This record gives sequence, C-alpha cells and structure tokens, in this order.
Amino acid sequence: MDLTLKIWRQKNAASKGKFVTYKISDISPNSSFLEMMDILNESLVLCGEDPVAFDHDCREGICGACSMYINGHPHGPDKAITTCQLHMRRFKDGETIVIEPWRARPFPVLKDLIVDRTAFDKIIQAGGYVSVNTGGIPDANSIPIPKVKADLSMDAAACIGCGACVAACKNASAMLFVAAKVSQFALLPQGRVEASERVQAMVAEMDNLGFGNCTNTGACEAECPKEISISNIARMNREFLSAKLGAQKPSGRTGSDA
Amino acid sequence: MAELNSKIPKGQLAEKWTNYKDNIALVNPANKRRLEVIVVGTGLAGASAAASLAEMGFKVKNYCYQDSPRRAHSIAAQGGINAAKNYQNDGDSVYRLFYDTIKGGDYRAREANVYRLAEVSNAIIDQCVAQGVPFAREYGGLLDNRSFGGAQVSRTFYARGQTGQQLLLGAYSALSRQVKKGNVELFTRHEMLDVVLVEGRARGIIVRNMVTGEIERHAAHAVVLATGGYGNVFFLSTNAMGSNTTAIWKAFRRGAVFGNPCFTQIHPTCIPVHGDFQSKLTLMSESLRNDGRIWVPKQKEDAEKIRKGTLLPTQIKEEDRDYYLERRYPAFGNLVPRDVASRAAKERCDAGFGVGETGLAVYLDFSDAINRLGKSTIEARYGNLFQMYEKIVDENPYKTPMMIYPAVHYTMGGLWVDYELMTTIPGLFAIGEANFSDHGANRLGASALMQGLADGYFVLPYTIQNYLADQISVPKFSNDLPEFKLTEEEAVNRLKKLMNVRGKNTVDSFHKKLGHIMWEYVGMGRNAEGLKKAITEIRALREEFWKDVKIPGEMNEINPELEKASRVADFLELGELMARDALHRDESCGGHFREEFQTTEGEALRNDQEFMYAAAWEFTGDTQEPKLNKEVLDYEFVEVKQRNYK
Repeated sequence: MDLTLKIWRQKNAASKGKFVTYKISDISPNSSFLEMMDILNESLVLCGEDPVAFDHDCREGICGACSMYINGHPHGPDKAITTCQLHMRRFKDGETIVIEPWRARPFPVLKDLIVDRTAFDKIIQAGGYVSVNTGGIPDANSIPIPKVKADLSMDAAACIGCGACVAACKNASAMLFVAAKVSQFALLPQGRVEASERVQAMVAEMDNLGFGNCTNTGACEAECPKEISISNIARMNREFLSAKLGAQKPSGRTGSDA
Repeated sequence: MAELNSKIPKGQLAEKWTNYKDNIALVNPANKRRLEVIVVGTGLAGASAAASLAEMGFKVKNYCYQDSPRRAHSIAAQGGINAAKNYQNDGDSVYRLFYDTIKGGDYRAREANVYRLAEVSNAIIDQCVAQGVPFAREYGGLLDNRSFGGAQVSRTFYARGQTGQQLLLGAYSALSRQVKKGNVELFTRHEMLDVVLVEGRARGIIVRNMVTGEIERHAAHAVVLATGGYGNVFFLSTNAMGSNTTAIWKAFRRGAVFGNPCFTQIHPTCIPVHGDFQSKLTLMSESLRNDGRIWVPKQKEDAEKIRKGTLLPTQIKEEDRDYYLERRYPAFGNLVPRDVASRAAKERCDAGFGVGETGLAVYLDFSDAINRLGKSTIEARYGNLFQMYEKIVDENPYKTPMMIYPAVHYTMGGLWVDYELMTTIPGLFAIGEANFSDHGANRLGASALMQGLADGYFVLPYTIQNYLADQISVPKFSNDLPEFKLTEEEAVNRLKKLMNVRGKNTVDSFHKKLGHIMWEYVGMGRNAEGLKKAITEIRALREEFWKDVKIPGEMNEINPELEKASRVADFLELGELMARDALHRDESCGGHFREEFQTTEGEALRNDQEFMYAAAWEFTGDTQEPKLNKEVLDYEFVEVKQRNYK
C-alpha cells in the first residue's frame, strides 16, 4: 500500500507544532498501524531526520500507552480497539491519514504524538482505591458477591486509562474515566464502605485538574477502546448526588482515607 | 569468587517461613520513617512492594519508564493467578501447589522458596478481593476457578482474560493511596541506568529523566529491582516493546551474580509470525487450552494443501486430525506444561505437518467446546481473546480454528537471590520476574502473577527488614558522595559514546539480527555447535553495533532511539551469557532443551548427577569470560523423578 501521512510534529512542550506530510510506500495490509509507524521512523532515521515520537508499549491493547488521534478518531476508525490493534488493511491504498496527539488542556503535548497523562494518576490518587493495608484480610470467600454485580464491576474495571474519552470529548471531560473507577468500587461490598468519600474526592480532583464537564454527547462511549458504558456516568452522578445529600463528616476528617 | 549462601532456614518445610518470620530482626515504627527504599519497576512485584513498604512506614521512591505505573507489563497477563485455596474441593493443598511447581520447574528450583510461595498464595487472593479486584464469580457469589497446565486441579483465579490488568490495577491503587499520603514518591518516565555501590552495599541508582534527558542520582538505604524479564533479547517476544534487561544487567556488572540465564519460557499458544515488519508477538492465553484442542492434519498432503490455501481446516474430517498432545500425553492432554506443549508443536511442524502460510503453526480448535457448551459460554469465557485474535489475523475463531505457534514469553532466569530475595550485593534485592528464584527451568501457567505478588506483598516486606534493622544508625545518604558522581559519569559517558557512533544502521536493525541469532541457536532447541556459533556471532554483532549504530536527535530531549540503543547494547551482552549458560548445561531440563540430550521418545533428559544446581554467573570484566558459581540444590522433601505427563 502507498500512503500519505500528515503527522503532527512538535519538538517539545514549549514549542509550537505543525503538520508535516510524509509519503510511505510498500506497506503490507497485514502490518499493524504502529508497525507502519516503525517503518516510517526507520526511514526517517536513515535519512538523518528525527523520528516521530509516540507512546506505545504492550502492543496488544491493554497497557493504554498508545494514544493517536487518527483521521479524527482516537485510536482510529475501528470500534473497540486501541491504535496498536489497528491494522493497515483497514485503510485504502493511496489514502491520506491524518495523525495527531490527544488534544486536551489537562494532557499537554510533550513531543510529537506524546502527551502527559499524569492527571489521570492524580485522580486515582485522590481516592481511586479501597483503603486496606497488606495483610490481615479475611478469607476471600467470606463475602459472596452476586455474579451480576461482579460482572458489572468488571465491565467498568476494564478501563485502560488511555484517555481516548477525554480526547474524543468536545469539553475534554474525564467523566467516563472517573465513572469507571467509581463504579467498579461502588458495585462491590469492599468498595461500598468509602463510596461516598471516594466519589466526592475524585470528582473534586477531576475538576481541579481542568477537565471539562459532561454534556451527554456520548462521544466517550463511542470511542472507548474497551467499550466502557456511559451508564457508569449515570451511576457516578447518582453516587455523587447521594453522597452530597447524605454527607455526614465526622469533625476533623475530610476526604477519603485521611 | 561470589559466596552463595542461600540462607534457607532450618526445620521442616512447612515450618521454615514461620520460623524465619518469628526470628528475624524488625525495625520499629520511628526508625522506619528514617529509612528510605528505592523500588525500580511498578509491575505486580514493584507496585505491591512499594505500597506494602510504604504502608509499614518506610519512605519509598518508586520508578518506571512508562508514563504511568499502571502500564507496567504485568498488565498484559491474561489467564489467571494460582492459589491453593481448594475452593473446588478437588484435593488441592499448599503441598500440592508446591509439588506441582517444583515438578513443573523440572527440579531446578529451591524447595524452601517454592514452598513459601505456595504458602502465601492464599493470602494474595484475600488481599486482592479486599482491594476490589473483580474476580470471576459463580452464581452463588463465590469465586470461580479454571485449570492451567501442569496441574490436575482447578486452582486458577481469573478476571476474564484480563487477570494481570486487574491485579496490577489493585496494586496500583494501593500504590496511589500511598503516593497521596506522601509515603511514596513516584518517578514516571524515568529509566534506571546503573546501581550505585558505597562500601560494597547498594545505596542508590542513576536514572535518566526520559522527558528532559537529565541524568539524576537517587540515594536510599536499600534498592529493590522489580524490573521484569529479558525476553526481548529475542527481539520478537510477547513482552512489551520497552521491557528490557538494563537494570539487572547493570547490577550483574556491579557484582550481583546472574542465575540460570538460559532458562527461557517459550509459550506454546501465540499468534504466529506473519512478516519481516513484525514488531512483537501476541499471546493467546493458556486458559484457552481448557476448552481448545490442539491438532495438525494426520496426512502431510493435507498440511501441504492447507499451506497452499487449497484446503480449509474445517474440511478435514475428525479421523484425519492428529490431536498430538492428547495422543502423546493422555493424562494431561492439552494441559501439559508450556515447555512440553511448545516442543511438541515444533516437532510436528519440523516434521512437515505445520499449517498456515509458513508451515509454522498448529490449530487450536474450539468447535467441540462450542458444540458442547454453546457459543455464548465460550464468548463469556474468552471473548476478548477471540476479538484480539480476529483483529490481528482477520479470521473468525468461532468459525475456523485459531492458528498458534510458540513464542518467547518469560524468563525464569534472573538475578540470583537468597531466601531473603537479596542478591549477592548487600542491600540489593530482586523480586518478581527479575530474580531467578521460584520457577526452576520452566514456569507453570498462572504462577508469574502469584510470584510477583507473593514477593511484593508478603515476602520482601519481611525479609528486607532483616537487612534494614542493621541500618537504622546509618544517616540519610547524600547523593554527593564520590561513588554517585563516578557512577553518573560512567552512565553519561556511555550514552555520549552511543550518540557519537554516528553509524549507518538503525538500532532496530541490530536488535532484529540479535533476535535472529537467539531464536535460531538459543531458542526452543539448542545444541553445542549452534551455541558456539551464537557466541561468536553475537560478539561480532556487538562490535559492529558500537561502530555502526545510528542515533538521531540529542541526549537532552525525548529520544526513543537513544532509549532503545541503550537497552539493545545490554541485550547484546546478555545474549552471549545466555548462550554460554545453555552451552555449559549438558542436559535438557524444562525450557532448556539440548538436542543431544533427549529420551528415545524425544522428551527432555535431565542429568541430575552433574547438573542439579542453579548456575550463578559472575561478571569478571568486559573482555574476560564470566565465572560460573554453583548453588547445589538439595531436595530434602520431594523425591526427584523424571517428569511424566503421560
């Protein structure tokens, strides 16, 4: 396959970026999208040019590192996959492909297609956990959990933290990411104990980091490589509302796990 | 000469760990706050260790090369985690898990370590459930199990096909909680370049900030390496692109001995190689062997037609299929251990019965299971794996059998550690895949997750105290000590040297050549002649690399080519050591198959008289050959037998 690539190039966080056009030929339709990028980079290095920097690691759709905006879609045109799972047979010979980084203020570009997603870690640090220490835990089967609840929890827990939901959203909202974590725990008895503190702390941190609000366009769900359902956002809103209404804080204790 | 003191506690097998814990030195809470520990790596072992140490009160610094700790490659583990809960009432016990692991490792692991692993396995499941890990459950609300290779019980806990992800996110959440509390300082996009020794003890590390390119010195009272395995020495493997050997290799060069470097696990069920441009291989979980049946055509002519594309696998009649694992190993069938299944696939393909365009593939067929259980059950069990397969191969595995072939997956070898998980450098610990300890010559499925979390949650947090208890009077370290400056200088000079080669060939081109040599001569089948050839060829390639590698850009910026070059330079040294280790071990055991040493039926033939030891290699200088030390394995409690899965 012969292709034209329009790729966002940006030297570092401080400099201005621009699109640069590259021609690439003889690409096998069976190669993955990132393998096509490898081939491009190999040729750039041999010409003495700086290769295109992009995040990637596991190349099997689970680590959440890869983060390209391809032809207007995070992770490209296919449903339910990450960029590293996208294959070139999905494109037409002679096609022009536009490749950009995630664009959202809380995810600043570091170089070319690499963005800084530390904000997601900060949201988890705000309360995305069950406050248990290692050791001294009762037997794993001491609390039965209805299979339906465990399965719903797993559906939410499948989030890979890639940030496609934020990139897809016109408001750069992180609601789907936060809702997935809130839901995973809210559905399990182990997570219920701190559910109220957790949802408040995580939402506050999300707002604090500059992510936008949800206006129910559903782009996040449509573009999520793990098909995390938008119903998790509804669940989070319920959790948040009941936490705010029923908020009873003992004096001197704020947030979860202070 | 390195002194190998395994420090195995005295007493009966089942009492060793308890006795050890009862008698070690502890550090009191006030002193814990003054002691700093560096943990490199944020996978299952690293994240669980960092979180647990911080919960106990130590000050922890935790490093990863990824942009977030949640992306460490443990995330990609699919199938499950073993524990001796015996929830299925099928006769499982701590002893049985221990025994299966020792046997699975072909009697090349240390009894006391393996027993401890089995002993703490149950607490891991309790811990993870308490963290909110959504394991698969039965309708009654209790935890579900499946079977993995090398076991006749169902002891594997799982979260769909994403068990590693869920366990890692559990450890990551515990870690995040400690970051918030200020007990862990996190350094993402930081790569360790070297370990710093002060008066013979590990006291810190040199890291490169991968965003600014800055080289930094970090000091602590102890250093823990949880940096994973080195399968990427083969270029193509199921490891993540960034997985590398640099941390443990630098530790080796500083005096930590390296245990059993040649013990590599070739996983039988991966998606076959499809072209020169391929960058990595994708695993299809071993759990698929619960319901999938492996076969090739009985007739060579059928195999040839399939390769040419004139015959479809679904057109081959039942009686014309050779379910070779069920035929050769009726007792374990499709669930034989990985090394056995891989070799059997290679044997069939080498004999001309392989399928796929290249002839290097066998079928993993679900049609029986779909007929028996229905498509929806199979979809619920393995849906995400089937989807992954379809995306890569462009075929629907519900309708046509999957094609699979063995690929490099895991390295049982790693830094030699004693019972306390300490290397031969005092104060330097190695946990998880980075050490050599528990899997002998072959790891059983679903045991890597178990070992990573056992080391991180339940073993290291105890054993490291026995070292740190001595260190309470040692004041906080300054990274201005001459040892830090010198080690930093060496690291910087090495990077400069790489940048200044300004040759003509890319890093990947060298890495691919190395991978080719490794797969050809140090892969699934090895022989003395090939291994000697490998040593010569790797040396030549290493020389060429340092004369001809081309790295664009600058050192003080994000520079993925420089990162890769630095890692490949280390792989080029490690590859030779692996070949040397494989050459010296004149026997076949587990994943190490020397073609000269096999039974008449083609099974691995051990030589317990001469090789019942862990090979512990010691660095002696760049131009000298490494020195072999031996830790003789003493089987006090189990009877050593020829492995038999028939």
